[in-house]
Amino acid sequence: MDEQIVQELIEIVGEKNVSTAQADKITHSYDATQEVHLPDVVVYAARVEDVSSIVKLANRWKIPVLPRGAGSGFTGGTLPVHGGIVLVLTRMDRILDIDTENLTAEVEPGVVTGELQRQVEKLGLFYPPDPASKEFSTLGGNVAECAGGPRCVKYGVTKDYVLGLEVVTPTGEIIRTGGKTLKNVVGYDLTKLFVGSEGTLGIVTKIILKLIPKPAAKKTMLVQFETIAGAAQAVSAIISAKIIPTTLEFLDAATIDCIRDVSTISLSADCKAILIIEVDGEAQLLDEQAEQILSIISPFGILDTRIAATDKESEEIWQVRRIVSPSLGKINPDKFNEDIVVPRSKVPDMICALEKISMDYDVPIVNFGHAGDGNIHVNVMVDLREHGMADKMIKVMDEVFAAAVNLRGSISGEHGIGTSKAKYMSMELGAETIGMMKKIKNVFDPNNILNPGKIFEDTSLQTAGK
Amino acid sequence: MSKNKRLQDFEKVIHECVKCGVCQVHCPTYQAEKKEGAVARGKIALAAALLEGQAGLEERLQEDISMCLMCGSCVDKCPKKVPTNEIVGAVRREITENQGLSRIGKTVSTLLGSKVLMKTLSKSGAVLSPLVLKKIPETSGLRLRFPLALMKDRTVPKIAYRNLFDRIPEYTEGDSDKPIIGFFAGCSITYAYPEIGEHMVAILKRMGYSVYLPRSQKCCGIPALSSGDGKLVEKLSEANVAAFADKDVQYIITACASCNGGIGEYYKTMKADYGDFTAKVIDFSVFLQQQGLFEQLAGMDKWPERVKVTYHDPCHLKTQGITKEPRQLLQALPNVDFVEMDHASSCCGLGGTFSVYHYDVSKAIGARKIPGLKESGASRIATGCPGCIMQLQDSINHAGLQVKAVHILDLLAQALGK
Repeated sequence: MDEQIVQELIEIVGEKNVSTAQADKITHSYDATQEVHLPDVVVYAARVEDVSSIVKLANRWKIPVLPRGAGSGFTGGTLPVHGGIVLVLTRMDRILDIDTENLTAEVEPGVVTGELQRQVEKLGLFYPPDPASKEFSTLGGNVAECAGGPRCVKYGVTKDYVLGLEVVTPTGEIIRTGGKTLKNVVGYDLTKLFVGSEGTLGIVTKIILKLIPKPAAKKTMLVQFETIAGAAQAVSAIISAKIIPTTLEFLDAATIDCIRDVSTISLSADCKAILIIEVDGEAQLLDEQAEQILSIISPFGILDTRIAATDKESEEIWQVRRIVSPSLGKINPDKFNEDIVVPRSKVPDMICALEKISMDYDVPIVNFGHAGDGNIHVNVMVDLREHGMADKMIKVMDEVFAAAVNLRGSISGEHGIGTSKAKYMSMELGAETIGMMKKIKNVFDPNNILNPGKIFEDTSLQTAGK
Repeated sequence: MSKNKRLQDFEKVIHECVKCGVCQVHCPTYQAEKKEGAVARGKIALAAALLEGQAGLEERLQEDISMCLMCGSCVDKCPKKVPTNEIVGAVRREITENQGLSRIGKTVSTLLGSKVLMKTLSKSGAVLSPLVLKKIPETSGLRLRFPLALMKDRTVPKIAYRNLFDRIPEYTEGDSDKPIIGFFAGCSITYAYPEIGEHMVAILKRMGYSVYLPRSQKCCGIPALSSGDGKLVEKLSEANVAAFADKDVQYIITACASCNGGIGEYYKTMKADYGDFTAKVIDFSVFLQQQGLFEQLAGMDKWPERVKVTYHDPCHLKTQGITKEPRQLLQALPNVDFVEMDHASSCCGLGGTFSVYHYDVSKAIGARKIPGLKESGASRIATGCPGCIMQLQDSINHAGLQVKAVHILDLLAQALGK
């Protein structure tokens, strides 16, 4: 990296916030995909003006800028695949305002989602999006990826809560979109365009979020089923009865096998699927709602039903869901973790399709996730050291995505495209649609400075030179 | 052959890290610094790079590796249970083996490795401190200015004129049908807070036990471990295991969480046959619960004037899952109204020798305890570790609160009328 660039960066944010040390490059080279790409320089910024100056500098020198929060993404959104400046925003972590009269919050991008939730809940308010990483992922990252979570079946995803943004554009201008009001139709809805743009269209430096009143109470249930088909039908039955639970999570037989030994709740040997159902609202209505749900799903082969009577018991049920991810390694060392989504009524068909793929290719596929909104976490567990496995996996993933798209679903519900899924975009979107997206990217970022190599297949855009 | 594990011994577990990032929530230094080099995931990546030869022991790597309290909170919550605290210890030993002990590391190891020096220091300190401090009330902010050679601006405990060994015999005979309890007191209790040790012995005596407080016991080794002095850790561990071998002790009790983590948890990881010793190590709160003391306490009449007390989880107990017993003990005390506080389980910021190297970060971590403490309304914050007491009192004084950090045993002794 040109020493001149480093000097200019130091002039902007000071010496202690700029580093080209190998150790810093290493600790900013990865995210939860576990891929490694070393940046050329690591910069910590805490002011919007500095972010803007850094982006302008990057345009002058034609080097990539990679905004980074917690680095917990699953699709490579923060990876410096072409080197460049990793721009860390974790220190922009102030909650600027919680407005209890207008039910909004204004935050900097480095605020951790769970922390905002705790603060607003103290005031009787609620910020629903709850990605599994909410205790460490940042709101900036949540906005960039349009994060989801279990509660989204009832409450919607991140984009449904973003009212306004302050953004540094890829050419370094500071712009503001939307605002503090629920209604706003002035000009194009740039807010929505930035949400989920994976750090390719701008760097979010301030976020105005919508809050809602905190539900008074909740009730959590864990239901064990004889068959996966039974559980899938139960999901469809609940939705078609026009009941929207807060969460409707499912775990399939392979998942249950992984957690049976470590689960604090005893899981029957015949149990082939689990649904975790939670309802929330006024306390006096919850018992009735819970009963209604249990009666709707009763024809589908239920082995056992556990209803949490206390917060502690509810927590115990959620613990079953939380131990899933860490327990998967038991099957095989390498995990291909995808988050396809299908229309809710198609969950049973998707589960069937996945079972067939698993059998056809003789690879274990572990499925769990947000059945209530059709978002299934598909985990193909393999050992890549096995001869021919890497080639086989290319075919398996093709089939998984094709099955989702054929059911009018999507290849990603909440993790994003990043580098991991870029090559599958064309399975879902036509050339004209992708072309339009590229044009937008070009207008925003003529030098392809911001997060190059993401979303679109690498070869399709002129990448920024070093 | 070294009794401490080497970095190579961790190669397999280092690759278990899936880089999920969950350690960010639980790492006190990350919370203060918001920098990836401070968090477990970053350190594991650096350890992997060292093993693979992609990084050397360069300055920034050393800084990042120094930025760890070895509290073990991240290990506790890691889905893969990657032992980052042990990995950091191994890297620090690599650094000292390659480059020698740093200046501060040396001071610590001379101090803790030599009992004579510690004793002398303790006595000269005792001569000085009352002169300097006698007119200043216990909780005065002026004590903030009490200078220590290495760290300005830190409140330090008065070093006792008569240390624990001057106060308690090596062997205290109890009832003939009750076993002998070995007491590992540790440096802080022996030299800075001997009254905690006196309480411990008095309570054990009252319950009929014989107490063995061997004079040959040494520092547990946690500060040496923290500064990467592997040789000293070995020496201390050998001496401590030998110290308790002279009598047939049923338990080796500790009233210092760090010492418990040292002689119990760390010695377990060493490549030495310490199993008989480590199996006997027990925290006082767990021991007293097992002996049924809590029920007895709960049966006592509550005092009309009780003091509002909250609890701080020492990392070395929390990571062993010892969180209920100390709280139950406090709840059972007739002289105490127990209240929980926010961030009860977050680290105080002391961390072996961490606060010597990084006093500012240490202070920032300690300051995170303050809002929860304030909100709790407690006038005492009790804990089971003298190291935490020292650090908590420092944070409290910096915040100007009228709260005193105490050991649970201080309150227990008060309840039992000493």
